[in-house]
Amino acid sequence: MHGNVLAQAFVYLLAAVISVPIARRLGLGSVLGYLLAGVGLGPAVMGLVGQEGQDVMHFAEFGVVMMLFLVGLELRPSLLWRLRKPILGLGGLQVLATGAALAGVAMAAGLTFRMALAVGLTLSLSSTAIVLQSLGEKGLLKSEGGQGAFSVLLFQDIAVIPMLAAFPLLAAAVPGPVVDAAARGASPPGWQKALVVLGAVVGIVVAGRFLMRPVFRFLAETRLREIFTAAALTLVIGIALLMQAVGLSPALGTFVAGVVLAESEYRHQLESDIEPFKGLLLGVFFIAVGASIDFPLIASMPVTIAGMVVVLVVVKMLVLLALAVLFGLDRRSAFLLAFALAQGGEFAFVLVSFALQSGVFTGEVAGPVVAVVALSMLITPLLLMLFERVVIPRLAVPVTKRPHDAIEGHDGAVIIAGFGRFGQITGRMLRASGFSTTVLDEDPAMVDVLRRVGLEVYYGDASRLDLLHAAGCARARLFVVAVDDHDKAMEIIHTVRHNFPNLPLVARARGRTQFYGMRQAGVTTVVRETFASAVDAGEAALKALGFRAHQAKRLARAFRQQDEGAIEKLVALWGKDEKLYFAAAREALAESERLLRGEDTTVLHAAAGWDNEALRADLESRG
Amino acid sequence: MSPNFGGKMKVLLLVAHPALERSRMNRRLLDAVSALKGVTCHDLYEQYPDLGIDVKREQELLLAHDAVVFQSPFYWYSTPAILKEWQDLVLTHGWAYGAGGTALAGKVTFNALTTGGPAASYTASGHNRFSVRALLAPYEATAHLCGMRFLAPFVVHGVLRFRRDEDYDGPCHAYQRVIEALTQDRLDLDIAASLLQLDPEAGAIIRAPQEATEGRAF
Repeated sequence: MHGNVLAQAFVYLLAAVISVPIARRLGLGSVLGYLLAGVGLGPAVMGLVGQEGQDVMHFAEFGVVMMLFLVGLELRPSLLWRLRKPILGLGGLQVLATGAALAGVAMAAGLTFRMALAVGLTLSLSSTAIVLQSLGEKGLLKSEGGQGAFSVLLFQDIAVIPMLAAFPLLAAAVPGPVVDAAARGASPPGWQKALVVLGAVVGIVVAGRFLMRPVFRFLAETRLREIFTAAALTLVIGIALLMQAVGLSPALGTFVAGVVLAESEYRHQLESDIEPFKGLLLGVFFIAVGASIDFPLIASMPVTIAGMVVVLVVVKMLVLLALAVLFGLDRRSAFLLAFALAQGGEFAFVLVSFALQSGVFTGEVAGPVVAVVALSMLITPLLLMLFERVVIPRLAVPVTKRPHDAIEGHDGAVIIAGFGRFGQITGRMLRASGFSTTVLDEDPAMVDVLRRVGLEVYYGDASRLDLLHAAGCARARLFVVAVDDHDKAMEIIHTVRHNFPNLPLVARARGRTQFYGMRQAGVTTVVRETFASAVDAGEAALKALGFRAHQAKRLARAFRQQDEGAIEKLVALWGKDEKLYFAAAREALAESERLLRGEDTTVLHAAAGWDNEALRADLESRG
Repeated sequence: MSPNFGGKMKVLLLVAHPALERSRMNRRLLDAVSALKGVTCHDLYEQYPDLGIDVKREQELLLAHDAVVFQSPFYWYSTPAILKEWQDLVLTHGWAYGAGGTALAGKVTFNALTTGGPAASYTASGHNRFSVRALLAPYEATAHLCGMRFLAPFVVHGVLRFRRDEDYDGPCHAYQRVIEALTQDRLDLDIAASLLQLDPEAGAIIRAPQEATEGRAF
C-alpha cells in the first residue's frame, strides 16, 4: 500500500472526511480534526502513514503557500500600508523578544549560545496555517486582535528568510557547513541575499502588473473554466518554484503575487478557483503534522517535553500580552493575540531540518524541538476554545466597565441610540437639517472612531435610566433607536416608553418579527432596515427589464404602500392566533400581486386617469 | 421678419406622458418625429420619474435649441403635471423673464396635444365651451412673457374613438410634416401664429423646399 499514490490519497481523504465533521460537531474546529486524524493515521496509532509522512509534508506545504496567495488577494496595498506599523512593530518585536526569551531558557537548559539562539528564533515563529484557518472559521480575522495576529504572522513569514540566511553563520564553528543550494536555501552574504529578495519581489510585482492581467484576460475570454483554474494553479506553483530556486520563501512570493492581483478584476475568480485546493492541501498538511508527531520520543521523556511545551506557550503568551499592552490593544484583542499565536509554526520544521543540515543542531536538540512544535500546534485549537469559553466571559465584565461618558449640558433635540451603519445615516441627515443630536453608542471602538471624525458621540448603555436622564430625554423632541442588537433595542424602548411616555420614538427593525415586537411595544414609527433599499432594488430591476422609469416608480410606490398598510394590519394578529395571522399574511401577498399587475387600478396610482378605459367604453356604447 | 434660423432649426421635443407605455397616439406621434434630423426628444417622465427636475440641465437644453414643442395628452384642459412642474422650476426669473431674462427670446414654441373628445366639442357652442387654443392661454401668456413666438397648437382630436391602425396614420403623417417643416425653417411662423390649430393642409403654412432655399439668399 505504501507508495501507491491513490491509496495514500484515499487514506488521507477518508481520514479527513471522518474526523473533520466530528470535530466540527464537537465544536473543536476543523484544524484539530485534521491534526487528530493525522495522529490516528500515524505510526503511533494505526501506522498507515509512515516515513513518507515527510514527503507528504513537502507536498502539503503548498497548502500554506496557497493560503498566503489567498490572503494576499484579500489585501489591497492600501490596507497593507495601513498595517505597516503593526507588521514591523508588533511582528518585529514579537520575533526579537520571544526569540531572546526562549534562547535564554535554552541556554539555562545547557545549550550553547549559538544553538540556543537558533532554537529561540525557530520557536519564535507561529503557525500561519493554523491561526488563519482557525480565526477565519471563528470570524475573528477582521477583529482588532485578528488583524494584529495577521500582522505578526506576516512578519514571521518574511523573517524566515533572514533566519535561513543566518543559520549557517551560527554554525561557523562547524567547518564548511553543508549547503544545498537547490533546496531550501543557499546562503550568500546578507547584501546579496537582500538584492535577490528585492529582485524577486520586484519581478513578481512587475510581472503581476503588466503580464498577468493580459494573460488572464486572454484566458477568461476562452470561457474555459478549467483552463482558468489551471492558470491560477500554474501561477501559484510557478511562483513557489521560482522562490525556492532563489532560496526564498514560496509563501512570501505567492503572498506578494496575491497582493499585486488584489486590485485586478480577476480577484474573485482566482479566489474561487484556488480556494478548494487550498482547503484540501491545508487539510493534508495538518494531517501530516499530526502524523509526524514522534510519540515514542515523547514517551521516552514525557516530563521534559511537556515542560518544554508549557514553557514555549507561556513565554510566547507573556511576550504577546506585553506587546499588546505596549501597542494599546484592548484587553480582548490582547488575549486573542496571546492565545492564538502561542504555538510553534510550520516553518519551524523547515528551519530545524535546515539547522540540522547546516550543523547548527544535533539530532538530540532537533527531535524534541520538532515534537514540541507539533504538540503546541495540536493544542492551539484547544487554547482558542479556552479563550472563547473562559477568557471572553471573564473579560466581558471589565470591558463594559469602561465608565459611561459624562454628558454635560447637552440638550439634543434628538437622541440617537446606536450609531452604526444605520444610525449614522439617520443622524447625519438630522444634523444636516439643523437638529442638534445626542448620540449614544455602546461600542467603544466605534465611539473613538466617530469622535476622531469630529462627531459628538457618547459611550454608554442607552437602556440605563440615569444615562437617558443625563442625555436630556426629558427635554428631547424625538428618540431614535438604531442599535443592532434587538434585545437591547427592546430594552431601550421599554425604558423610554415607561419613563418618558410623551417622547416620540422612531425605531429601526431588522425584519418583520422585530417590526411586530416594536410596534406592539408602542413605538409609533418602525422602519424596517432593508425594506426601502430592497424596494429600490425591485424598482431598478423592473427598469432593467424594460419598464419605463415612471412606471417602475409607481409600481414601487404602490408596492411599498400596500406592504406598509398590510403589515400594520398584521401587527394586531402577530403572536395571537397563528391561523388568523397566516391567513391574513397570505391575503396580503395575493393583494400585492393583484395590485401590481394592474387588476385593481383604483389603488395603483392614477393610471386610470391617464388612460381612461371607462370613458372609452362609454364612448363605444354611444357608438 | 422671422429671426433668421439659417434655413435650419433645432427642435426640442419635450414629451410628457406619465404612462407612455399605455399610450396609443402619443407613442405613435413620438415615433413619427423622433428620428427626424434636428429633433431632440426629451421624455420628461422617463428622465424624472419622481419629478425631481434638473433645472440646470433643462435650461442648457433650451439654450441649445431654437424651438420647443410640448407634446402631451390634453388632461383636464391642460397638460400633465410634470409640465407644470417643469415650467415652475425651469423658467426662472432673471433667466427666462424679468430683468435680464432673455434666454428664450425669439425661440419658437407650441403644444402638440391629443384629446379624447372630437374637434367639434372644442368650440364656443360645443361640449367643452372653448377652443384648445383658448384653453392654452397660460402657455400663450408664458411664451409672451419669455419673448417667445407662440404658434397655434397641433391637436389630434378624438383619439379615444380611434380603432384601426389607419386612424392613427393620418395624424402621424401630419405631425411629421409640421415638425419637419419646422426643422427646415419652412413653417411660415406668422401664419402658424395666427391659426386656431396647426394643420399642414392649411393654406401656405408650409413653404415648398426650393422656396426656402431661395429665401435664404436674402
